[in-house]
Amino acid sequence: MRFYPASDQCMLVYLGEHIHLPAHQHVLQLFRQLQRRPPVWLRNLQPAYTSLMVTFDPCIVDHAAVETALRAYDHQHKTGRLRKPRLVRIPVCYGGEFGPDLAEAARAVGLKPAQFVQVHSSRTYHAYFLGFAPGFAYLGDVPDQIAVPRLQTPRRAVAAGSIGIAGKQTAVYPFTTPGGWVLIGRTPVAVFCPHRKPMELISIGDQVKFRPISPDEFRKLEAACPPC
Amino acid sequence: MPSLLVDVPGLLTTVQDLGRPGYGALGVSPSGAADPVAFRLANLLVGNASNTPALEMTLLGGSFVFSNSAHIAITGADFAPTINGSSLELWRVHKVSAGTKIVFGPTKDFARCYLAVAGGVRVPLFLGSASTHMLSGLGGFNGRALRKGDVLPLGVPTEDLISQRIPSASLHTLWPRKVLRVTDGPQIDSFSEQARHTFFRSKFRVTEQSDRTGLRLEGPAFRSNSDGEMITEGVPLGAIQITPSGQPIILFVEQQTTGGYPKIANVIGVDLHRLGQLRPRTDIRFERISLRVARALWIEQERLLSHPRQLFA
Repeated sequence: MRFYPASDQCMLVYLGEHIHLPAHQHVLQLFRQLQRRPPVWLRNLQPAYTSLMVTFDPCIVDHAAVETALRAYDHQHKTGRLRKPRLVRIPVCYGGEFGPDLAEAARAVGLKPAQFVQVHSSRTYHAYFLGFAPGFAYLGDVPDQIAVPRLQTPRRAVAAGSIGIAGKQTAVYPFTTPGGWVLIGRTPVAVFCPHRKPMELISIGDQVKFRPISPDEFRKLEAACPPC
Repeated sequence: MPSLLVDVPGLLTTVQDLGRPGYGALGVSPSGAADPVAFRLANLLVGNASNTPALEMTLLGGSFVFSNSAHIAITGADFAPTINGSSLELWRVHKVSAGTKIVFGPTKDFARCYLAVAGGVRVPLFLGSASTHMLSGLGGFNGRALRKGDVLPLGVPTEDLISQRIPSASLHTLWPRKVLRVTDGPQIDSFSEQARHTFFRSKFRVTEQSDRTGLRLEGPAFRSNSDGEMITEGVPLGAIQITPSGQPIILFVEQQTTGGYPKIANVIGVDLHRLGQLRPRTDIRFERISLRVARALWIEQERLLSHPRQLFA
């Protein structure tokens, strides 16, 4: 464990120095432990690939006290086990108007669009964390074969539900936002819905699999989805 | 039910409170008032709990009509508020009668002005908060900035007014400043001695591309030694990240919750509300202080704000 004060009210805890699953499992364990028994001074938790950012109330504790407490939480939890991850299946209509970059991305890596889709949809992804915007899950790892880099120029508006790739990461855009990821498809399912429990389609630690669907099925599912 | 009618919305007027901390794991940033100190004082003046929803105006105010008589307070930047052509003093309580139209203009000094009404503005809560999150279209009034014709229901005042006004002497310690105090960012070591020197010695200009998600600065370009090699991690409010083009962005209330740009420094807690009052084209500088001093300043400010009688005349 490596600690660094990120601000006068935040502590960053690094649980690994490169992205790999054991480091992330450690992040998840500490995160869940703190969520289950939140200390009075805790204000926010931001898990990521290999780190957990902990925001605290400086009227109650300082960085040294936070470090001591986090080490104790971590120590207690060495024996704990994580629950079996949930598998989330997400229907995706690839290419065409739904995935405007698919053809170009496939050409760039020397695959036919159908092969590209096959590679993307046969992998089971791990949800490392949610960040950027509400419900935006960073999924990995994208097979090297289709790990295309971000666009040179980000789009001003990416349609909600769009599936993007940025290197070894893939994600579903919950809202129409600006974005620079390579867009290969779109899901008709609401990614973040304040009237649903849980609000987020993908939670941290989930397993995610994409299922290719036709434009017809996209429209059917879209019509069947309750508005958020 | 008493209400507030939006006659002219202004440049960007939203319903805010003190935000929704604690949902980082959902990718939801806390949001909330850009100047939480001015916001809290507006509420305290009219006898509201400090987290009661109120209006935040940006650079150019709007005009609003009260259906019923009400007690109001205006704090933050001076947007030259008037009723029937006569100007209203900031930082004090005013009683307005039913049918009154209050008119705000362009700012005379800083970026954000707050209008609090005794009883508060009533909107549905999203994750426990009334604050508007523009990017996702959630919270606040229909998840968006106010438009002409919107009617905002008002709550019922619950308490007696605490005081008439806050004298300017009390405001002195809380006033906007152009030298922002910072502590070291987690990647400060990835910047050369020269780059750090430049950062702490230079003036930066707040650009027009600044909003509630972040303040984009213009100044000398400088780079980290490890561009693009960073693993994405959680980013605090007030983090100063250096983009590949070498320009700093200060992450603000509607920030992304995670990021992969190196962070050279972080604005300290007591100066965060001052970020909310920086207008485009303002020149700012950064002053490096210790975590210990930053914490002592925060505790002092919180004590002041939780015992408002010390502030009131």
